[in-house]
Amino acid sequence: MDYETIIGLEIHSQLLTRSKMFCRCAADYTSASPNTHVCPICLGMPGVLPTINRKAIEYVIMTALALNCSIPEFTKFDRKNYPYPDLMKGYQISQYDFPIGVRGHVTLEMGDAKTISVTRREIRITRVHLEEDVAKLVHRDIPWGDSYSLVDVNRSGVPLMEIVTEPDMRSPEEARQLLIKLQSILRYLGVSTCNMEEGSFRCDANISIRPIGAKEGFAKAEVKNMNSFKAVFLALEYEAIRQRKVVEQGGHLIQETRGWLEEGTTVSQRSKEYAHDYRYFPEPDLPPLTINPSWVEEIRSQLPELPEIRQERLVEQYGLSFYDASILTSSKPLADYFESCMKLWQGDDQERKAKILSNWLLGDFAHLLNENNIEIDESRVTPSHLIELLKLIEEGAVSGPAAKKIIEDIFHTGKRAGDIVVQQGLTQITDASDIEVTVKQVIGNHPQAVSDFILGKQQALTFLVGQIMRMTKGRVNPKLANEVMRRELEKLC
Amino acid sequence: MILSQEEVNHIALLARLGLSNEEVERFREQLSNILENFAILQEVDTTDVPPTAQPIPLQNILRQDDVDSSLPCEEVMANAPRREGNYFRVKSVLGKS
Repeated sequence: MDYETIIGLEIHSQLLTRSKMFCRCAADYTSASPNTHVCPICLGMPGVLPTINRKAIEYVIMTALALNCSIPEFTKFDRKNYPYPDLMKGYQISQYDFPIGVRGHVTLEMGDAKTISVTRREIRITRVHLEEDVAKLVHRDIPWGDSYSLVDVNRSGVPLMEIVTEPDMRSPEEARQLLIKLQSILRYLGVSTCNMEEGSFRCDANISIRPIGAKEGFAKAEVKNMNSFKAVFLALEYEAIRQRKVVEQGGHLIQETRGWLEEGTTVSQRSKEYAHDYRYFPEPDLPPLTINPSWVEEIRSQLPELPEIRQERLVEQYGLSFYDASILTSSKPLADYFESCMKLWQGDDQERKAKILSNWLLGDFAHLLNENNIEIDESRVTPSHLIELLKLIEEGAVSGPAAKKIIEDIFHTGKRAGDIVVQQGLTQITDASDIEVTVKQVIGNHPQAVSDFILGKQQALTFLVGQIMRMTKGRVNPKLANEVMRRELEKLC
Repeated sequence: MILSQEEVNHIALLARLGLSNEEVERFREQLSNILENFAILQEVDTTDVPPTAQPIPLQNILRQDDVDSSLPCEEVMANAPRREGNYFRVKSVLGKS
């Protein structure tokens, strides 16, 4: 029997407010020593009163709008009760039945590099709500003695936004794409750093399988402990296969929580679980909120241009393909970089220029950035550096192969392309008479290749042209090198 | 309304309290009394009263996103039964409910 995979996600992201959700301690604890961003409120001392951070509410409204949610006029906070040492008060302030945003959707664009096409899938968003993060536990295991935990309260009370999707994803890849999309949107909005490895962006997944065409599926598993996009993909792949195997072997799937292990499997965590009994009730220390439509409209008017809209604009304005535009706009800094470049490279033929630029940004330059693990907005190659180089290529002053070397040099030194060309003598040789000497030298040095060519082996020509490029550090226009070499060789035939 | 022993044990587990059999009986009686008293409130006709999350007539009490100084570490640690460096030290906890 064939099964389909059903996946829904819960995504938590820390909000980029200056202060915590309910107190004035600094929210950024990344470089803080343990328990230094802590006060009686986030420590959960008796008798303290939380106060609501307006910015956090606005960030959630902003996100909910960007995810096409409705914003009900009434919202409130609730207590979620459970005993655990990471929870200072014995309850977490969260939102239960009246979240800030409800019923939205996100459109996934599944790009296919082979066919250069984009397929769209709509994933419904159930809700977006606000809660507080919990303290961080460090587990200590002493081989000859005790094992215990250490508590750092710095993270406790940092605003945490939870986005819940409907079970609309049908493959681990769609789940991964949704995370990438959400990360991109939240970064465009500037509401979160969305770094999975650092824990400012976390994902739990509900996954089950269902016979194709059936209404009811099997029991779902909640998978936790995935701390990278890759881990989410691998954990869900593993789970999808495991569940099929259990069913095919006549086994019985139970609803359970499973943790992803680095070794590449998921394990049941049910033995350590107590029944979920959170006893939610309205938070008595916080008055409810009325979100006026005028407040919502004010926030809507401040929304930045989001990736999808920007993508359409780039296609329209610069004649880019949907595929290129979708990659360029997937990261705000990349799209900003592209547009800064285009501003510096005006004049006719914008579409051709945009295509050349986009090829560089998605090709050689992207490769350099990836290899060195540097973000585009932190690179020494600024838009003005890059455009200077592209102009030199356009003018014919620099050959394509030399340009690849030059961009590496700019990348490492921050020098200007023009200076590098002069210093290293990389000006393109465009005059046939200037390379004839080199061509003759190459012919003299490689008699074997020459005789191969004469005997009809065309590959020998590629080799010989390669030698010219090598001797001239790539300064010769490859087409020209080819022409002159062929001409000289044919004289020998 | 009389609570069962299982219900008392469940509540004790949620609060991480260990109860002797004698205590289970005692709390069963006391908690049942409390529930009975609250049951009286159930008799009030609330058909025309909207659900109320907060009895105090306040709403939209928000603060600006400003940072203030936190507590000095020694004060944070002042009541800690056990500490290690500037961490609170607690019994081993692995796996989360």
